[in-house]
Amino acid sequence: MFRSTNRQWMLLGSSLWMMLSPLQVASAQSGAMLGALGKGEGQLSVIAWAGYLERGASDKAYDWLTPFEKQSGCKVSVKVAGSSDEMVSLMNQGGYDLVTASGDASLRLVYGNKVQQINLGLIPSYAKINPKLQSAPWNTVDGKHYGVPYQWGPNVLMYSTKAFKTPPTSWAVVFKEQTLSDGKSNKGRIQAYYGPIYIADAALYLMKTQPALGIKNPYELNEVQYKAALELLRGQRKLVQRYWNDANAQVQDFTNEGLAASPTWPFQVNTLQANKQPIASVVPVEGATGWADTTMLHVDAKHPNCAYKWLEYSLSPRVQGDVAAWFGSLPAVPAGCQASALLGKDGCKTNNYEAFDKIYFWKTPVAKCAQGACVPYNRWVSDYIAIQGGR
Amino acid sequence: MAAPFLPKPSLQKPAAHGPLLYRRPVLALLLLLVPPLLWLGVLYLGSLLGLLVYSLYSIDDFTGQVGNVLTLDTLKSLFTAPSNVDVIVRTVLMALIVTLACAVIAFPVAYFVAFHTRGPRKALWVLLITLPLWASYLVRVYAWRLILAQEGVISWVTAKLHLSWLLDEVLRLPVLGGPSLSSSYLGMFLVFVYVWLPFMILPIQAALERVPRSLIQASADLGARPAQTFRRVILPLAVPGVAAGSVFTFSLTLGDYIIPGVVGAPGFFIGQMVYTQQGTAGNLPLAAAFSLVPIVIVGVYLALARKAGAFDAL
Repeated sequence: MFRSTNRQWMLLGSSLWMMLSPLQVASAQSGAMLGALGKGEGQLSVIAWAGYLERGASDKAYDWLTPFEKQSGCKVSVKVAGSSDEMVSLMNQGGYDLVTASGDASLRLVYGNKVQQINLGLIPSYAKINPKLQSAPWNTVDGKHYGVPYQWGPNVLMYSTKAFKTPPTSWAVVFKEQTLSDGKSNKGRIQAYYGPIYIADAALYLMKTQPALGIKNPYELNEVQYKAALELLRGQRKLVQRYWNDANAQVQDFTNEGLAASPTWPFQVNTLQANKQPIASVVPVEGATGWADTTMLHVDAKHPNCAYKWLEYSLSPRVQGDVAAWFGSLPAVPAGCQASALLGKDGCKTNNYEAFDKIYFWKTPVAKCAQGACVPYNRWVSDYIAIQGGR
Repeated sequence: MAAPFLPKPSLQKPAAHGPLLYRRPVLALLLLLVPPLLWLGVLYLGSLLGLLVYSLYSIDDFTGQVGNVLTLDTLKSLFTAPSNVDVIVRTVLMALIVTLACAVIAFPVAYFVAFHTRGPRKALWVLLITLPLWASYLVRVYAWRLILAQEGVISWVTAKLHLSWLLDEVLRLPVLGGPSLSSSYLGMFLVFVYVWLPFMILPIQAALERVPRSLIQASADLGARPAQTFRRVILPLAVPGVAAGSVFTFSLTLGDYIIPGVVGAPGFFIGQMVYTQQGTAGNLPLAAAFSLVPIVIVGVYLALARKAGAFDAL
């Protein structure tokens, strides 16, 4: 179903050469899947989100690279990327073995022929992964697995316990003007996410509150459903203090801008709570959107054996739990919830593990969809920009 | 290499013997100029041309694919789609106002440094003016976000002075205001002015330094009062400096995409538009079209500034 956007993903590669030749077609899939595990190459280079691969540099307790290097003999070098676009562009440049790609980047890499199929026979722990993540549309295409799930997380509703005497249960608090329990309106005291994918959050809210619209999937909207979502967001614009784009900046805003509520990641909630701020979070009754990251193997990886060793190691429950504790995310392997002292017994609960069934994972909207024709992502972008500008 | 035979210059024509490059000055010139010309022509003009061409490609609204049909629709949409017009108007207005404010603030400072300091003190002043440029631009912008926050320094000081009502009144202004200074256009304006101010002060100061002191004395000798001298002698001679400074502040504001994302009201600026459209949206034609806007505007602006003599003061 993503075939139609083949060319678009390629263009996102953004190299100058590609920019000047828009009609370049995809080259044939190269690089056969690894058949059997050989001897390690002694090295491994990984593109990852900040905090995904720690060797105890920030906090000695958080170190899952050193044990891997000792047991495998593969020296790991980490290239931290700041956005999905940067990850795609680094992978296009080449020279890396692995990347921890999010739901949007992963398909670009698959259709851009930048990652290779994974031989699950070489990764015994794959079976321990949450079954719903094993063959998800963002890591599996035509029955072929293009990576190993690493971590996931929900976009939760964060709120100030000063503004809410009782926890909010619905996303309505960020969409509709209302008086909060501290007696003041929510106007100018909420934030929304700046990325156009946030339209899906509005669609999710409408899916539950206006069933007549017939929304089945917040990433697949026809013209009528899409228009309703935009209308909701236009109303929200009047309430928004800022559209947040930087996690640490949002932490600042909740510390000193007197904000009441916002959609956010568990990371910000954990940081603010660690800073003793009156903050809590909830996954509202409507459910939530979320992200799921996959470790993918470059098609021309120079160190495939070390890469496979890492893929297997990355699924060990202890590592899964430690990453979740550091990053504020959730393990792709459920056993990770009990295996990490850093995460603690309640770590998964704190990060909203039980919300899994209520999560609609991030997926790029494309024109072709189950209900026939849907609004594609490039229109989401221009319309959401217009809304933020007050149109 | 053996030392070349050098003819006596007075006796022989230089073209007859000697090294090739000496005999053919045009060739030497070409060899010297080709690398920079390649740089300018291929890398710079070439990528500009690439942008222009790219803005002509069509994008299929239905599938989001870039097609090979050439169209003017994308460029047209810059001026027909209300939200695109908003982005351009918003950015240009901000750039103009920031430039104006920078000029007004910078002039007295530059005047003071040019006419009332000398020697080590002058050096100290220039140092102080440029000191902010030594720190990272990002650090300064994020610092301002804290200063302007609802519970930041400015709010705190106004509260201590019992002036909170004044701040609230200001924030209630229709376009300028917002929930707090850090999320209003007023706050964004303050940060822009702060960040670009040195780029205005220095050219003005350079222009004022060049005003011949004898002219000022002559003006006084001929009976002009200080205010008259300032208006009729110093100010006209400082105009090229102001124009040069405004080229910096105007074009820097026009292209910036960090500050509008960190402080200020929601609503995109041109730079953010280019970043988003090419980065996440995959709408390269629109991104290319938007990146042409500042080029055109700055081109016009430079032509005007040149008339004002801006490049004499650089």
